Amino acid sequence: MGAILDIIGGLLMVAGTAFLLLGGLGLIRMPDVYNRIQAGTKATTLGTLLTLAGVACLRPEWLLKLLLIGFFMLFTNPLSSQVLARAAHRIGEDKAPATRIDRLAEDLGDKS
Amino acid sequence: MMRRLRDSLVLFATLLLFWVMLMGSLAADTLIVGVMASLVIALLFPDGLSFFTEFRATPRAFLAGFLYYGYFLKELVKSNLTLAAIVVSPSLPIDPGIVKVRTRLKSRMGRLMLANSITLTPGTLTVELEGEWLYVHWVRMESADIDAATARIVAGFEHYLEVMYG
Repeated sequence: MGAILDIIGGLLMVAGTAFLLLGGLGLIRMPDVYNRIQAGTKATTLGTLLTLAGVACLRPEWLLKLLLIGFFMLFTNPLSSQVLARAAHRIGEDKAPATRIDRLAEDLGDKS
Repeated sequence: MMRRLRDSLVLFATLLLFWVMLMGSLAADTLIVGVMASLVIALLFPDGLSFFTEFRATPRAFLAGFLYYGYFLKELVKSNLTLAAIVVSPSLPIDPGIVKVRTRLKSRMGRLMLANSITLTPGTLTVELEGEWLYVHWVRMESADIDAATARIVAGFEHYLEVMYG
């Protein structure tokens, strides 16, 4: 039983690391700050969750704490990304030329 | 006034629950420290949101909560696979745009959860919240129309969050 759990845990951690790697690749390849944040947030969230799940298989006695860590990740990760994106937009960070539409800039333009 | 008191109590209880989970013990000294810390935080941040703030503690809301997390995890995996496909394809097939969507949710916590969920789902990132309007960056924009974008991005989560928080 322990050996099977070890294998599952190892596989989960490898999967998590793979997503983190893809996220890193996304950070390099994406053209502007918003797309980079997109790549960063999703990959780190799932990557970390999978890694934590892997750890939980290897060390079942840590389960409760790992659950908590996962929970905090789930809540704080998107929040910080959203605030970063908002800050980037407010200081007028350049958007990729491919960006087709920006409703937020349009609406802000209306007010001023 | 009553609502604020209730919110503070909920915040206090949530903090204490997290503390007990983190410490993994119910010994008296652990509890006393936890109660003191939770109390101070709850008093310092009377407007603070916590996970159960404005949560409707009905059986339907709990059921919706479970379904919500199931749906959410499914979307999270989907979003990662979509993004992985984009990132590894040599042509980098993106078509970004910032669209505006509307939510029916009224509660603060419901809106926060919605914005968070949108950020973690396929190709979308909440950039700004303003009242019932959310501005969402979309890696592959499918529609710039408010109603169509709302149906595509918001409706799935709103369905559950509406029951949970209103």
